Amino acid sequence: MKHLRAVNRKADLIEHVTGGGRAEEADARSDPAAGDVVALADPPQQPQGPWVPLGCSFVFFPGWEVDKSGGTAGLCQPVERDLFDCHIGCFWPAQVPDQLNHAPDWTGKCAAAQKDWRKIDLIFP
Amino acid sequence: MSAVAAREMHRFRAGGREFAYLVPSAAIFALDETATAILDRLDGKSVAADALLRDLKELFPEDDVRESLAELGRVQAVGPARVALPMAGAKALPSQPFPLTTLVLNVTNQCNLSCTYCYEYGEDKIVDTKQGAQPKFMTEETARASVDFMLKESGANKVAHLTFFGGETLLNFPVLKSTVAYAKARGEELGKLVDFSLTTNATLLRPEVLDFLLENDVGITISMDGPKEVQDRFRIFPGGAGSYDVILPKVKELLRRHRGRPVGARVTLTSAGLDIRAIYRHLTEEVGFHEVGFAPVTTSPQREHALGEGGFDAMLEQFRELALEFRDAALEDRPHGFSNVKDTIAEIHKGVAKAWPCGAGLGLMGVATDGEVALCHRFAGSAEHSLGTVRDGIDRDRQAAFLDAHHIAEKTDCQRCWARPLCAGGCYHEAYTRYGTTQRPNLHYCEWIRGWTHTCLEIYGELSEKNPRFLTRSFGGGQA
Repeated sequence: MKHLRAVNRKADLIEHVTGGGRAEEADARSDPAAGDVVALADPPQQPQGPWVPLGCSFVFFPGWEVDKSGGTAGLCQPVERDLFDCHIGCFWPAQVPDQLNHAPDWTGKCAAAQKDWRKIDLIFP
Repeated sequence: MSAVAAREMHRFRAGGREFAYLVPSAAIFALDETATAILDRLDGKSVAADALLRDLKELFPEDDVRESLAELGRVQAVGPARVALPMAGAKALPSQPFPLTTLVLNVTNQCNLSCTYCYEYGEDKIVDTKQGAQPKFMTEETARASVDFMLKESGANKVAHLTFFGGETLLNFPVLKSTVAYAKARGEELGKLVDFSLTTNATLLRPEVLDFLLENDVGITISMDGPKEVQDRFRIFPGGAGSYDVILPKVKELLRRHRGRPVGARVTLTSAGLDIRAIYRHLTEEVGFHEVGFAPVTTSPQREHALGEGGFDAMLEQFRELALEFRDAALEDRPHGFSNVKDTIAEIHKGVAKAWPCGAGLGLMGVATDGEVALCHRFAGSAEHSLGTVRDGIDRDRQAAFLDAHHIAEKTDCQRCWARPLCAGGCYHEAYTRYGTTQRPNLHYCEWIRGWTHTCLEIYGELSEKNPRFLTRSFGGGQA
C-alpha cells in the first residue's frame, strides 16, 4: 500500500490477507511460534446484498417479504428488535425522540437492541 | 457516488507521524498526508465520496485521493456510510476443549504477614480462609493430582506453566519441592516441558529454599511495595511490625545469586505510596530488581488503603513519566524494567483484540488447597466461581456458560470504547470486589485505561518510527 503503512503485526496480517494472501502465510512470515489472538479480529460482516435505499419497504411494499438488504434474514420483528430499523431506515412511524437536538445519547446504553432495549431511557421534553 | 464514513478507530500522533488504531481489529496503520486529510474530513460525519474528492482537489492529485480512499477501505478504516446501527460484537466461543496454558496452585491459604489490603485476608476477602471449609495447606497428593490435571488439560501444547501461589507460597515449601520433582518427571514422560514460577513475600527465602529455587530455575516474583516507609505501612506482620528490614537482606541475596530469569517486583499501589518513580528507583537502583510491575490495590472504595478520587489521575501521570523513561531507554536500546509498559506494548505490537479481559477460566485456572479448580488464583476456594476439581476435571458446561456470560459482546458499556480490544472490561476479581459481580466491566478504571493505552500507543508509534528493530527484537515478528 502506498498511503498506509502496516505498523503492528495485526496490521501486517490484514494487509497480507486483503492483498490476496493467506493468514497462515502472514503469520508464518511474522513469527511461526506465536499464536494470534483473533477473537475480535474478524466479526462477521453484514452480507453485501443489494443496497436498497430507504429501508425495508421500498421495493416490496409493505415490507415483510424482504428485509432492507434484500434478503430474508432481518424481516420485521417485535418492536424492541426493530426499533432502530424502523425509525431510521424505514418509513414505518416508530415514535422516537429527536436525536439530533434534544436527546443525542438516547440509545447510549443500548448496544444490542434485542438484549438491551430496557436500558433505553424515557425522554421528557 | 455514495457517501463514505470512517469506521471505529482511535487516532494518535507520534514521532511526527499520524497513526490510526483500528477497533476492533487492533491493527495500527501509519498514515500519509492524503490518508490523514481524508480521515480528518470524515471525523464524526459521513461525506459523499465525490464531495470529498472535490474538497481535496487543491491539496492532492485526484488519483492519490482515490487510491488512498481505496486503501483505507481495504483495511476497513472507512466504509460506505450507512446508518450506524448499534451492533453487538460477534460472539464466537473458542472450540472446546481449550488447552490450559497456566495452572496456579494455591499451595496454602495461610500467610505469615497480615497486609491490611490483602484480598485473601483483608476486609474484602471472598473466601473465609480462617474458619472456612478449605484445608490450610495443600497436600502432596492434591498437588500431584493438579500436575496430572494440568498436563492432561494442556492438550497439544508442548509447554505447561505451573505457578505456585498462596497465601505465602513458601509456608508450604515441602509440597512445593516435591511437586516440582513430580512435575518434571511426569512432563518428561509425556514429552512436555513444565515451566515453574512462584510469587512470595520473601520473608521465608532461607538459603536452602533459595538453593532449590535457583537450581530448578523457578521464576520468582517478589511482592514488595517500595522503600521502608511505604512497605511497612501495609505489609506488616500480625503483630504490626513492618516487613522491610526482614526481607531486604533476603531479596538482595536472591538478586546477587540468581543467574537465570529476571526477578521481578510486584508492587501494590495504595494510598500510602503514590510516588511511583521513587518506588521504581528504589526497587531497581537500590535493591537491584530487574523488573518492576505496578498494580493498584483491589478494594472497595471506602477502605483506608483505597486510591482516592485523585489517586488514579496522579497514578496515570506518574505511569506516563515512567513510560517516557522507558521510551527514551528503548530509543537507545538500553533495557528498562517498567514491566507495565512492556506488557502493554507487547500486546499492541501483536494487535491483540480480546474477547475476554484475561485468560481466567480459559487458558489459566487456579487450584484451591482442596483441589477445587477456580477461575483463577484470586477466586480459589470460592464455590460460586468453581469450574470443577483436579480429580474430576473441568465442568465444561459451567466453563462454557462462564465464557458466554463474560464475552465482550455482553458488556454494553464497552461497546463504544476504543480501548476495548486491550481492556475488554478488566479484571473479574476487581469487578467482583467493587460491584459484587464478575460480569460488570470495571467502569471506575475507564478513564485511566484509555489514558494509559493512549500513552502506550504514542510510545509504540514513536518507536516504530525511530527504532523499529527494538520492537521486533523485543516482541517478535518481522516488519514488511
